[in-house]
Amino acid sequence: MPESPFAHTLQVLLHVLTALLLPPLLPGLINKVKALMAGRSGPPVLQLYYDLAKLSRKQAVFSRTTTWIFLAGPVGAVSVGLVAAMLVPFGHAHAPLQFQGDVILFAYLFGLARFLTVLSALDTGSSFEGMGAAREVTFAALAEPALFLGFAALAKSTGSLSLSTMLAHTGPLFKFSGPLVLVLAGWAIVYMAENSRIPVDDPNTHLELTMIHEVMVLDHSGRPFALVLYGASLKLLVLGALLVGPILPRNLGPLRDWLVFYLGLGILAVAVGVAESVMARFRMTKVPQFLVAGVLATAFAFLLMLV
Amino acid sequence: MTLYLLAILFTALSGVPGLFMQKHGARFAAVLMVASTMLGICAAAYVLFGGAGASLLLPGTSLIAWGLVSFDPIAAFFLVPVLLLSATASIYGIGYWDDHQEGARKVRVFLGLMAAFLALLVGATHAFVFLLAWEGMALMAFILVMTEDREPETRRAAWIYLVCTHTGTMLLLGAFAIMAGATGSFTFSALPIGFASSEKGTAMFVLFLLGFGFKAGMLPFHFWLPPAHAAAPSHVSSVMSGILIKMGILGFVRLASWVPDPPVWWGGTLLVLGAISGIMGVALALGQHDLKRLLAYHSIENIGIILLGLGLGLIGKSTGQSALQVLGFAGALLHVLNHSLFKGLLFLAAGSVVHATGTRDLERMGGLGRLMPKTAAAFLVGAWAICGLPPLNGFVSEWLIYLGAFQGLAMTRWWFSLITLGALAVIGALALACFAKAYGVVFQGEPRSDEAARAHESPSTMLAPMGILASACIGIGLAPGLLATPLNRVVATLSSAGQVLPSLGSLASLSWLTVMAIPLLLLGLLLWKWAAPKTWVKQQPTWGCGYLAPSARMQYTASSFADGLVQGMIWVLWPKIQGGRVRGYFPFPRRFQSHLPDPVLDRVVSPGLRGTAFLLSGLRFLQAGHLSIYLMYVLLTLLTLLIWMVV
Repeated sequence: MPESPFAHTLQVLLHVLTALLLPPLLPGLINKVKALMAGRSGPPVLQLYYDLAKLSRKQAVFSRTTTWIFLAGPVGAVSVGLVAAMLVPFGHAHAPLQFQGDVILFAYLFGLARFLTVLSALDTGSSFEGMGAAREVTFAALAEPALFLGFAALAKSTGSLSLSTMLAHTGPLFKFSGPLVLVLAGWAIVYMAENSRIPVDDPNTHLELTMIHEVMVLDHSGRPFALVLYGASLKLLVLGALLVGPILPRNLGPLRDWLVFYLGLGILAVAVGVAESVMARFRMTKVPQFLVAGVLATAFAFLLMLV
Repeated sequence: MTLYLLAILFTALSGVPGLFMQKHGARFAAVLMVASTMLGICAAAYVLFGGAGASLLLPGTSLIAWGLVSFDPIAAFFLVPVLLLSATASIYGIGYWDDHQEGARKVRVFLGLMAAFLALLVGATHAFVFLLAWEGMALMAFILVMTEDREPETRRAAWIYLVCTHTGTMLLLGAFAIMAGATGSFTFSALPIGFASSEKGTAMFVLFLLGFGFKAGMLPFHFWLPPAHAAAPSHVSSVMSGILIKMGILGFVRLASWVPDPPVWWGGTLLVLGAISGIMGVALALGQHDLKRLLAYHSIENIGIILLGLGLGLIGKSTGQSALQVLGFAGALLHVLNHSLFKGLLFLAAGSVVHATGTRDLERMGGLGRLMPKTAAAFLVGAWAICGLPPLNGFVSEWLIYLGAFQGLAMTRWWFSLITLGALAVIGALALACFAKAYGVVFQGEPRSDEAARAHESPSTMLAPMGILASACIGIGLAPGLLATPLNRVVATLSSAGQVLPSLGSLASLSWLTVMAIPLLLLGLLLWKWAAPKTWVKQQPTWGCGYLAPSARMQYTASSFADGLVQGMIWVLWPKIQGGRVRGYFPFPRRFQSHLPDPVLDRVVSPGLRGTAFLLSGLRFLQAGHLSIYLMYVLLTLLTLLIWMVV
């Protein structure tokens, strides 16, 4: 069904607006669910929007030890997240930008964000931030193969190397088939690790020694810190779109597709909130085992694709 | 062709005038080297962008009477990094290894000669010329590694290198002999169809694999590489790591161009060895404390990535999958070029750090980013590129190999693709960890020693070459489409006769990478404008989580940063750890030391050779030192031979 240029422009516009404006809602939703599960009323769902507005008016404090790299981390994380968001299909079956091989670019863009974040953490010379950075790169070494094996399974199924096709038209991998469930299970683990959620990392912990992501940004303040928070929520959205993409029903009509997408994201946020409420964080030494489970799940998914 | 020969001549002689000059010898050498680079790159561009007839043959009667040198697309493609890196190294040498240091003239002369042999080697299409240039290059490199021959460590490194390179050459002699038996001449030409699958073909491949593998630093023949790269002066290391080890790859590429029907297991072997080299190379790099050894292990990793691409390409050639063939070969070739650019850059930057601090030990550095910002920026570009992160050049070549691997998932031998994908993903993540460690520990935080605190920025003659290489890395990353034509031409020479390959542009949309880089840069710039303060007020120390007397020694060290990953791979890395945990509530001070020896050199080869030497010492009585006894040996040998002939 060919689209009129006008409808296409509208779709792209909606995509861009979603990527720009929606992200801070997701952490708010997760926190609300967690609060309700714990019997508290919790902060408002829009809390992160207020925080960002406040932080952007504040003056930033920079440590004497830092160089310009300190700022490159937050800036890089947000720009990378926004560019990567253009490669993933949201409500519409096609992302605004798509080409053969964009899936690799997508994965490496997040690698770039990690590189810059880790460097900006090391820039402070603090042991705590060094510790967080070391954990981040260590766990990423296990999350990366899981992500790629999942891509390999989807590529084998669809014969395509573009996220738009891989996620929206899964080919013989019909919804809720065995391999797809395994891929999604593996990716769910990657999702937890990449977004530093329980059971890998606790975003609300108060002890620096046990943090991964939060400890890397201890020294950021003001506008750079606003970018850090926004970048993290953007990552929740973009990787979330990756996770819900293959199971969404498509071609219900332009408007319904988007509604279904928002609904899917909402369910994902609620699921994360519930998972965080009912689980405890793993001991740091157990995290690699959890991530290896993700690698194995996606590897089995790939093997099942061959049968 | 003339330009190419002139370039060789200029590079060969570049160090000679300096021998007779009081001052300015280094500048003169650099000028000659740059001139030859201009000539050579013009020649290479002519061949790579030119029409079909651009490949010129030198008739056997003229300059090199006994052989043949041909300037074909392969030669042209490899000539570019050879000359570029030699030129940048010689400019760098002006400031880095000036006339006050011992052996400065020697270094210049032999650097020039080595570059000339390398330039000759890329064009050699006769076994004799090839081996001559190969040996010349190896010997020059030996002399260059030996520059600081007062250090016992340097002498050991150089001898290990010499032994390894000669073992490799010996194997190559055998391989060329078998090949000449098949084609009937020592000139390189296509092998007859069916030869590759025969027993002789197998023997030839194994010999080539070992011979070229030794030079390339493929696991498990890599063990000469880290000590030699660490011991040589940094600009020499940049040439060695950037191009000398690539000559092993050149050998594999030449081999791929001769064989019309490689068996699948050839490509499979290269691919598996590539995966092992890649993962082990980066894993070993993670545990290093010596900046230059760390970079040397990364060379092994990148050779692994190149071999993955070559393996995929060869498998594509064997099975007739032209898409796989084009993407695999193109990715490997582009990575050869890219790796020489960013690894050359990294070694030069590391040289500046060593120059400024006088140490190669990571744990004694720190905070150099504020004292030498330009070197830090250069190192950052190199690190960014070598991790394969967009939008720099390392990403482009890894992307091509990824595309090839994904293409290969569709065929029956999907496991090769799966190995490639898995290996590349792991390598990418580990390389990122390693370079975050290297950059973080060297350039960020607070200085960990007085030497680091007194560091100073390098002179402009050292910064300019880094600038050239860094801009090349960025340029290729932003506009990879420009290289599609040259890559197509080189890949075409690797196809079997009569085969028409799809063009690279039709398989990989390189222009999309440029399109994607633009919004990334614009967004970055925009957000930077928004977030950066008008004036940077830096009065506060880093937040120490309530601790009020932090010192530089309390920073996270290189060892602790890599500890999680090294412990995770303890079963392959075998680190040596001394000392241990503190116990109790009021512990005494304890020492902790961790060291990562090379698993092949320090665990297998050295003990093995020592054992062999011990066993063979039993035969010493044969060498009595009397002439009469040796004459008796001659007589006995002759008699034995005579009897053997008669009977």
